Amino acid sequence: MATPGQGSGTGSQPNRLETGGLVDRSRIVRFTFDGKTYTGHPGDTLASALIANGVSLTGRSFKYHRPRGILSAGSEEPNALVELREGARREPNTRATVAEVFDGLVARSQNRWPSLDFDVMAVNSLLSPIFVAGFYYKTFMWPSALWEKLYEPAIRRAAGLGRASDEADPDTYDKATAFADVLVIGGGTAGLAAALAAARTNARVILVDENATLGGRGVDDGADINGNPAHEWVRTVEAELSSAPNVRILRRTTAFGTYDGGTYGAVERVSDHLAVAAQGVPRQRLWRIVAKETVLASGATERPVVFGGNDRPGVMLAGAVRTYINRFGVLPGRRAVVFTNNDYGASTVAALKRAGAEVVALVDSRAQISDEVKRIASEAGARLLLGAVVTGTLGKKRVTGVTIHTRTGEEERLDCDLVAMSGGWNPNIQLTTHLGSKPTWNDKLLCFLPGTLPHGMSLAGAVAGDFTLGKTLVGGTSAGSAAVTAAGYAAVSVPVPKAADESDAVAPLWRVKSPNGKAFVDQQNDVTESDIELAEREGFRAVEHLKRYTTLGMATDQGRTANVNALAIMAEITGRTIPQTGITVARPPYTPVSLGTLAGHHREKHFKPTRLPPSYRWAKENGCVFVETGLWLRPSYFPRPGEKDWLETVKREVTTVRNAVGICDVSTLGKVDLQGADTAAFLDRIYMNGLKTLPIGKCRYGGMLREDGILMDDGTVARLGENHYFITTTTANAVKVVQHMEYCAQWLWPELDVQIVSATEQWAQYAVAGPKSRELLQKIVDPAFDITDAGFPYLGVGEITVCGGIKARLFRLSFSGERAYEIGVPARYGDALMRRLAEAGKEFGACAYGTEALGVMRIEKGHISGPELNGTTTPRDVGLGGMVSTKKDFIGHVLGKRPGLVDPERPALIGFRPLDRSQRLRSGAHFLKRDAQATAENDEGYMTSVAYSPSNGHWVGLGLLKRGPERIGEIVRAYDPVRGGDTLVEVVSPVFVDPEGVRVRG
Amino acid sequence: MRIACPYCGERSLDEFLYSGDATVKRPDFASPTAANEFVSYTYERSNPPGMHRELWYHSAGCHAWLVVTRGIATHAITSVEVARDVALNEKPATKDSI
Repeated sequence: MATPGQGSGTGSQPNRLETGGLVDRSRIVRFTFDGKTYTGHPGDTLASALIANGVSLTGRSFKYHRPRGILSAGSEEPNALVELREGARREPNTRATVAEVFDGLVARSQNRWPSLDFDVMAVNSLLSPIFVAGFYYKTFMWPSALWEKLYEPAIRRAAGLGRASDEADPDTYDKATAFADVLVIGGGTAGLAAALAAARTNARVILVDENATLGGRGVDDGADINGNPAHEWVRTVEAELSSAPNVRILRRTTAFGTYDGGTYGAVERVSDHLAVAAQGVPRQRLWRIVAKETVLASGATERPVVFGGNDRPGVMLAGAVRTYINRFGVLPGRRAVVFTNNDYGASTVAALKRAGAEVVALVDSRAQISDEVKRIASEAGARLLLGAVVTGTLGKKRVTGVTIHTRTGEEERLDCDLVAMSGGWNPNIQLTTHLGSKPTWNDKLLCFLPGTLPHGMSLAGAVAGDFTLGKTLVGGTSAGSAAVTAAGYAAVSVPVPKAADESDAVAPLWRVKSPNGKAFVDQQNDVTESDIELAEREGFRAVEHLKRYTTLGMATDQGRTANVNALAIMAEITGRTIPQTGITVARPPYTPVSLGTLAGHHREKHFKPTRLPPSYRWAKENGCVFVETGLWLRPSYFPRPGEKDWLETVKREVTTVRNAVGICDVSTLGKVDLQGADTAAFLDRIYMNGLKTLPIGKCRYGGMLREDGILMDDGTVARLGENHYFITTTTANAVKVVQHMEYCAQWLWPELDVQIVSATEQWAQYAVAGPKSRELLQKIVDPAFDITDAGFPYLGVGEITVCGGIKARLFRLSFSGERAYEIGVPARYGDALMRRLAEAGKEFGACAYGTEALGVMRIEKGHISGPELNGTTTPRDVGLGGMVSTKKDFIGHVLGKRPGLVDPERPALIGFRPLDRSQRLRSGAHFLKRDAQATAENDEGYMTSVAYSPSNGHWVGLGLLKRGPERIGEIVRAYDPVRGGDTLVEVVSPVFVDPEGVRVRG
Repeated sequence: MRIACPYCGERSLDEFLYSGDATVKRPDFASPTAANEFVSYTYERSNPPGMHRELWYHSAGCHAWLVVTRGIATHAITSVEVARDVALNEKPATKDSI
């Protein structure tokens, strides 16, 4: 017989049993709780280690700040929520019942001030008449102005639980996907039997269990399997599964959600049981597990009984008492009262007796119980109080006794320091309800059982209502065999392990009438049975109303120990059955999942991938400042020593292009290669302008519409051969345009012969722009190719070679308004070509330019870009109305002619310059008539793009102005209330440089 | 949700883009009532319970457009077809129709 000892090996842990439990007694770990140092053993949870050290008060409750202790031994714990670790790793609201102790663990209680022992907010208990259900809705309604400033901050300060760290999370989180023929969720006896049956074929089996060690209730109850202690059978099975190459065991892993198509979400707490994760190892890993078949063996959660003071430290679930004794070798109390409505009272009495505790009484609400239970109680020397209930608890921060209402109506007091209570078991059906299935009530087992199961899911063990050990092994083995057969494997016959079936008889007991003190239903959110009565009186009888009015079941535990009792009490009050009253279904996650785990590596710089253009390295070496455009990091400008700001740099780059030559990486533009006999016809239906007449060796500007007539994208179309085209898109729409083209080719016009492939990454492309651009190119282009104006005129396209035989494409295109070319080479030559162009350009005074100078020059030329192609503009709005074909069908043709889209009153693109040339312009400023009031009714459009124009020596702008093109010469207000701007501007042509377009032609 | 792409096999939802109703047909631009037909084609959708025929695009895979028949309440997928084949079956080759 084990006894709580002060002897060797237990250090100063007064409640550690001499023997028993699965903790590693050969090693000691030191941890602190509220600043005081304690010892435990590897294998302990924080809860079991605190119990070993005689600590029973672990926190204060949410609303009333009542002293609370450890209720359970698992993830359902509503009370023992603690803050773990320090500094950047500090995390609130961790359940002490699942947190493993490690050397150096720092834990703190929550929701108390100044200390756990003396908490001033406990005064809330005295004010409890106003803290009843719905008090938020009743108390803080008036005056509403005070809500934001006074009520909410005060409530938050008073009601908050733990504190999250203010620092960035220093740990890493991983994501992984796994595929299984059979996924087994839960590593208790049912799950192990199922995994074993499935694993003996060649099927891929994954077993997940939320605890650090396998075995579940079989081990917790200290039962025997095949004549030996259950944990020995568990060890044997675990050894076989661990050595099987087709099996993966994920310990400390909670399957938290069921998703479509046999997909499950799970969190593996890889390093939560260590002080700091090892180098290169994540703190947690988010698993997506895709399974052909799934055996859910998630077990059951014990129900508390609702009686007065059932939240006092020292009141514990009976199953948890057995777990602490059998799994952890700790004794939660020396003088116990067991209070139950079911036959598991007997095993609790026996476990306590075996561990050396005094069992004062077995209080069973049933008038009749089996002789076997009577015998066990009598052997343990426990008084048997049948037909009796515990009505209340005595003591303050720890139970010192209970009041009993006996069968004959007498009140009695019993001294004790532990109340082990059990109201029966609730199968853990959450994962069966995530896809919308409704559970069904079972009147014999007094619990909800899963309804229609998600495709591919089967059940084993307590979740199926098979609570007894023998049944879990039978059910587990057959569920494993059936699942592996359904997954397409020939099942191997597996002998069913032998174990006795304990009695699981139970009779209804949800709450004790006339409780002595507050009787809690939801301990985490401090909802009492009288709150449910109040909700009923005020008309909130539907279960969803009850939940929202009282906040029952809305805490981090999702009411795992509360919901069924609440339903049953509401049913009792309203005279309905439980199924008539409602059902409880759950949403993912089964237990809380931290946001860091869901984010995984996708944080900060790694939130999105970064795309680097081919000249990135060269640009970086040359002091480039980059700008993020979508995923791309594009060169923005190239400052030189002595330049005082970006504007000076950009002026210099623009001036160099206008007077000599500049080089710009335009590889980020989308590029699409199209081939096939019907490519010309296809493009003609995609672009708004005619392309059928485009000759080989030429390119043309083109615009695409959405089907609703709004501009989608613009770019160039080059014809490289009879049936070979190469088009460019804007950087932003590169992916979208390919998708759109695939849609048109595959779905709208499948009869057309056209093949589409994105070539954005395959080609590095540079704009070489300026009056000396051809001279520079002649240094690069192989002499066999004629690039004189006669041989290679404006809008020409050619496949050439450069630098001694490297294949390249040359396009004579200009975005800057100067003589310009775009030269493309396979991306692997992109870096080399940039270096060669820069070197060869020296003698012409060339410079590299970035998106800033590019933007300035396109605004100077009145070319549209992102601010004008903004998803609200038509071709006509941006001055491209003349391009739109009226002769052919194309995407957007019909709806583009709708009256609202061709209304001459629509704002249309035009240029602006400040009346006082020294003033700067702001994009986003709205246009008003010169003498108009600044009201929304008088709004006539807005400025879309502005730039300081080095070529003009003042700011210039493009904007959408009502009837803009008809108003050249008019003075309007550019009104910008956000930035306090109010500028008089002159409406001018949108082309500020070389309006005749002479320079591009050379 | 998982979609069995006819080219790539069963893949996770996040490789696909949803793109709406696969039962609407792009009208003939030359029809005398083209204006109304295009409005209906572009904007008007009913949302009946039960099975839907939907267009999906395997954007992170083979770039095939697919016609997926899916129950909108259950997410049960009863068929996944290559959109090009569906379109060709419904509309015999009419290269010169426009």
